[in-house]
Amino acid sequence: MSDESNAAESGPSHRAIEIAVALLALAFGIIVLIGSLQVGIDWGSEGPRPGFFPFYISLFIIVGSIYNLAQATFLGGIKQELFSSWEQLRRVMAVVAPTTVYVALIPFVGIYVSSLLLIGVFMIWLGRYSLLKTAPIAVGVPTVVYIVFERYFQIALPKGPIEYWLGL
Amino acid sequence: MEEIGNLIQGFATVLEPFNIGVMIIGIVLGVIIGVLPGLGGANGVAILLPLTFSMSPTSAIIMLSCIYWGALFGGAITSVLFNIPGEPWSVATTFDGHPMAQQGKAGEALTAAFTSSFVGALFAVIVITLVAPLVARFALKFGAAEKFGVYFLAFCSFVGLSKEPAFKTVVAMMIGFALAAVGLDHMTGQLRLTFGFTELLPGFDFLIAVIGLFGIGEILLTMEEGLRFKGQSANINLRVVLQTWMELPRYWATSIRSCIIGCWMGITPAGATPASFMSYGIAKRMSPRGKNFGKGEIEGVVAPETAAHAAGTSALLPMLSLGVPGSPTAAVLLGGLLIWGLQPGPLLFVEQKEFVWGLIASMYLGNIVGLIIVLTCVPILAAMLRIPFPVIAPIILVLCAIGAYTVHNNPFDVIMMLVFGVLGYVLKKCDYPLAPLVLALVLGDKAEEAFRQALLGSQGSLTVFWSNGLVGSIMLLGLIALFWPTIQNGLARLRPRRAV
Repeated sequence: MSDESNAAESGPSHRAIEIAVALLALAFGIIVLIGSLQVGIDWGSEGPRPGFFPFYISLFIIVGSIYNLAQATFLGGIKQELFSSWEQLRRVMAVVAPTTVYVALIPFVGIYVSSLLLIGVFMIWLGRYSLLKTAPIAVGVPTVVYIVFERYFQIALPKGPIEYWLGL
Repeated sequence: MEEIGNLIQGFATVLEPFNIGVMIIGIVLGVIIGVLPGLGGANGVAILLPLTFSMSPTSAIIMLSCIYWGALFGGAITSVLFNIPGEPWSVATTFDGHPMAQQGKAGEALTAAFTSSFVGALFAVIVITLVAPLVARFALKFGAAEKFGVYFLAFCSFVGLSKEPAFKTVVAMMIGFALAAVGLDHMTGQLRLTFGFTELLPGFDFLIAVIGLFGIGEILLTMEEGLRFKGQSANINLRVVLQTWMELPRYWATSIRSCIIGCWMGITPAGATPASFMSYGIAKRMSPRGKNFGKGEIEGVVAPETAAHAAGTSALLPMLSLGVPGSPTAAVLLGGLLIWGLQPGPLLFVEQKEFVWGLIASMYLGNIVGLIIVLTCVPILAAMLRIPFPVIAPIILVLCAIGAYTVHNNPFDVIMMLVFGVLGYVLKKCDYPLAPLVLALVLGDKAEEAFRQALLGSQGSLTVFWSNGLVGSIMLLGLIALFWPTIQNGLARLRPRRAV
């Protein structure tokens, strides 16, 4: 695939990501500013109102982000290199994607079954291990976690239908 | 000397069998955490914090601080053997440590690293023993304005001393403060910045942020680099250890200098990482063998390791005496104090003598136990590093998720952990420092409270922060720290002119 061979050299530029981060921080600053204004930034009968402190914080974020944005766009203080190659980003996404599914599954099937699946997917898909090598680790880790947390430290972790069916 | 009596009592507390056991478990866990990628001192302690809820505060802090010492030791192993710094503060250790390992002197390099770490830590603990009670006694006189002054100084030092761009440090720090403000306003009991989302009512917990930013973020960075661990093998035996110990006293000057740099950088919250780089740089300039640095010079291992460990340990001094942590890990420990129902700050030395002196005594013993454990367990730890990443990464992810969940038994926190993780990855790559963000998140409420109380006393006039000599000098020091790079440039420009 020609895509793959080019992928090693191309990718989002550092500059583009810097601009995106500065804009996100700016947006965050504006949200904090609005939130502070909503609860009042002046003095009430009880002294400074709840928005007083966050208001000034938001000003710092906004001014700082505008400076960072300027630096990334026309002041030119940014590394002229790639943020990372598409290949590198693909590897990062190979962690983020299964972890997102994992986090989303926890409320439904509990932490034990989803952990088993996460370890299984990682080892078989990314590590290319055989099922025979994967199974002991994928089953063993949640089992150890169960013994340490639920039995020894008596900390309840989220459980799903399978644990209830097993009567744990 | 009242302190010596207190310290002896502290040792009596630590030497209880349960506490000794807890200490050894802590060190072993800490070394493992320091060795594994994606798990570091800060998030390792954060993940294990819920396990200590049922312990007494003294045992809990002994275990958690020992995890921290273990992690400081562990970082050196990966640096020397694999050229991969397990922790940011051991980056400088790779410069000479790894070349030594390539020349077959891995045992010497590791012995030097561990011993220097131990010396640095011991120096810092002695400083803590002598100085912390004095600082705490002094700080008891602090009012709201002075308290805010101390926070101001701490955060200004971050901006002035960090190697990241100043405006990025400011933005990262202020994001931390803003996140800390979300939820209930403790002074008025009013909700703010929640925008009607019930999930935001409890606010953002810094433990979740630490686990996400440092744990998940670090795994993503490791994955991006696509590392394959190609390591040197190490063989430490008694002969190598003794031989290296015979050689080390030669570097006493470097050692003392690194201790002082480390303590200074640890107490002002610049942290262990810049301390190790600075110490390495200065040692390179001052040493007669400076040109050989980078090719496997043992002094190049001694300097950064001593400073990093001294800084990491002395970061607890302001945490104990003022309630201002000097590093992210110290911040997590401070969060632990709050959870165990202790009020960090100068009163700790008055009201919780057993706790404070138990902790200080455990620092002495913990570092001795740590030194013995790392010197004897190197082969096992190196083998652990050979576990392939596709096996170890999901296990770390699972541990992070469990850690995040157990903080409040809230599945929403696990989602936030992932969000913080992706955020940490992007921010770190764009040179936004994460430590000030975490510290601001921890201290946000307290700093705001001090600020508002001070203003209440002065009817809203900012002059309260210059109203007496004490608070005025603290604020002035803060401003000097804030503009330190500018001041330094100015001084540098003045010098050549004078020469002309």
